Formats: sequence, C-alpha cells, structure tokens
Amino acid sequence: MKALIIDDSRAMRSILRRILGDAGFETHEAEDGQVALDLMNGGLEPDVCLIDWNMPVMDGYTFVTQVRHNQDWRDVTLMMVTTESDSNRIVRALAAGAHEYVIKPFTPDAILDKLQLLGLFTEVPA
Amino acid sequence: MTISASAFDYVSALALRETSVVYGPGKEYLAEARLLPLARAAGMADVDAYVARLQIDPAEQRKAIDALTINETSWFRDNAPYQTFTDVMLPSLIENRRHTQKIRIWSAACSSGQEAYSLAMLLDEHLPLGWTAEILATDVSTAMLERVESGRYGQVEMNRGLPAGLLVRHFTRVGTEWEIAPKLRNMVSTRHLNLAAPFPDLPQFDVVFLRNVLIYFEMDVKTDILTRVRRHIADDGFLLLGSSESSLDVERHWTRETAGRVQLHRPVVNHPRPVAVGA
Repeated sequence: MKALIIDDSRAMRSILRRILGDAGFETHEAEDGQVALDLMNGGLEPDVCLIDWNMPVMDGYTFVTQVRHNQDWRDVTLMMVTTESDSNRIVRALAAGAHEYVIKPFTPDAILDKLQLLGLFTEVPA
Repeated sequence: MTISASAFDYVSALALRETSVVYGPGKEYLAEARLLPLARAAGMADVDAYVARLQIDPAEQRKAIDALTINETSWFRDNAPYQTFTDVMLPSLIENRRHTQKIRIWSAACSSGQEAYSLAMLLDEHLPLGWTAEILATDVSTAMLERVESGRYGQVEMNRGLPAGLLVRHFTRVGTEWEIAPKLRNMVSTRHLNLAAPFPDLPQFDVVFLRNVLIYFEMDVKTDILTRVRRHIADDGFLLLGSSESSLDVERHWTRETAGRVQLHRPVVNHPRPVAVGA
C-alpha cells in the first residue's frame, strides 16, 4: 500500500510517516496540494492520501476537489488530517469527496482505526 | 517500573476483593499506568506513596478501583461485531419482535460508553419507524457511568474509530468536546453493576455485549457471570463476547454460532427458537 502524506509541517509529516511506515505502508510526502498533484501527475499512484487542510500554494480542500475531478484517480482514498474541527468543514470535505476525517491532535491508533475502517489496514491480532 | 512489590500486592488484592479483576504478576506496568495520574492529582511523588494513602483513604480507594477497572475502548471497536449486529442480530430480532416493536440491549462493562452509543447509532439508522430501543450501560466504575451520562467526548476519543459521517450526524461541538445528540443519549440509561457480584433486578435483554471484560476474571467467576447472564437474556437473544473470549466452559447454557468473523453465543433452550440465524 502506498500512502501520500500532504502537510506543510515537516514534524507532522514525520509523525505520520512513522505511523504509516510501522503499519507497512510505503510513504511519500508533499508539502502542499500542488506538490502532491505534481507527484501524482508524474506517475505516483497512492492508495491513500492523508491531507492537511491549511497549506500554502494549494490547500487540502482544493486538492480533494482536484483529485475527485480526475477519473484516473477515482480509486484513491482521501483522508483529511487537520486541526479544522468545525462540523461544517467536515461536511464540506466529505461532500467534496474525502472519505474520512481525522482531527488533530490524534493518537497513532486513531489513524490506524480509520485506515482499518476504510479497508486499507488490517490489524494483526496480538 | 517504579511500583514496589508490596504496593503492587496491595493494589492486586484491592482489585480482586472489590471487583474480582485479576492483576497478576506481569501486570505491574498496567497498575502503575492507571494509578499514576491519580497519584499526580493527589500531589504524590510516585505510585508507592499513593498506595500508602489508599490504605487509609476510602474515597481515594474508590477512585483507584475505578481507574483499575477502566477498559480501553473505541467507537465500533473491532468493527465486525457491529457488522454482525446490523446484518444478523437486528434482522432476526426485527422479525421476532414485530408484535412488541421493542429491542432491549445490555452493554455490560460499558466503560466510557462508546459501545452503547455505537449501538445507538446503528439502531437509529436500522430500526424501523415506530420501534423503540433501550440500551442499558453498566459498569463497576461510577466515574465511567458519569461520563456515559454526560455523552461528551474529547477530540482524541472522537478520532478512535468513529466514521466522520456519523460524527457530523450525531454530535455537536461544545467547546473542546463533542456532545451526542439527545435522541441517542435518551436511548441509553446507566446503572452501577459489579459483574462479579449477584446482579440487581434486571430485565430480559435481546442482546448482551459483554466484550473484553471476562479476560480479567478468574475462571470460576467467569463461569458464574456467564451462568447469571443467561437468566437475563431472551431465549432467542444474542450474547457477544470479545474475540479472545469463549463460553466453552458453560456449554449447558450457551451454544456458539459463527457469523462471518464473529462468534455469536446463543442461549441453550429446550424448544426451537422462532427464527434461526440466517433464516
């Protein structure tokens, strides 16, 4: 499974990289939506994108709408990971085509729970 | 690890005496993790000092018992049991309860209530119009029951397994927390209940969720609990245990049926059930 982490915070990318890497994902990173689109136009085919909302150049919401307008990327799972916690924002992101929404701060389990919910991760029983 | 052997012995005996929960050798880290926040709140330097205080302070002892019996919980924990609830249990009960149009569920050892409210969300979505559902959430921890009654959860808790669509449908943001909708809140009532002690006056339930709690009990207590639960479950009802738990040792009361990845425990009855699973 390939995951594309899209966040302008290097620290946040590092945290998500570690969580996803430990769960067996191949991780790629972009510091804003435009860089992520460039990577995907360049041939990167992520199974899931973890997307911050507020980023310079192109924000996460715009990235979601752009991805959803391209049929080639219809199978890509989109999950917002953001501090934006207003219900209207969540509704807006889901309506634009995001599959899930995680509000920062989160625990590693929260990310894995959501990926499990989306059928992208199966927890190995202890 | 900083908890001393004598402090752990005391905590272990306290948990066993008050709740029948076993803190055996190797669980020192767990006892310490659960008591450390209370120790800090009480201004104690470490858990050992806190345990010394426990021995002379009944109020603090109550808090410690609460902390020692808290289970990790998340929304729709493990997913598959909830899928089975909507795909197998509910259709069967909707057929069998068509005259009373009422379903009663027991969320035993409910912790902070995510299980009870997860079930409430499913009932809200899948129960036919005009039906009523009652969910009884019980726990040995009064602090946990207060949390269930408040229906409020912090952000970190909300992220644990709750689909975003259900969050916006059923919760309202209140300050830094999220509050469950009154419609779902009213479905759930709470009651203090120690599974290891004789049950108070309880009604008959159609579904009992008793998940991930039997593992904390000794075998004889576990057998006793499963025997007593049988008296409070309808003949065509369903019992769900945790995935690592089994009713193997009380076969005269329970049979097992497999539904996908989930083991359902059905009461043993002397006459055929009205409708079998999957019929």
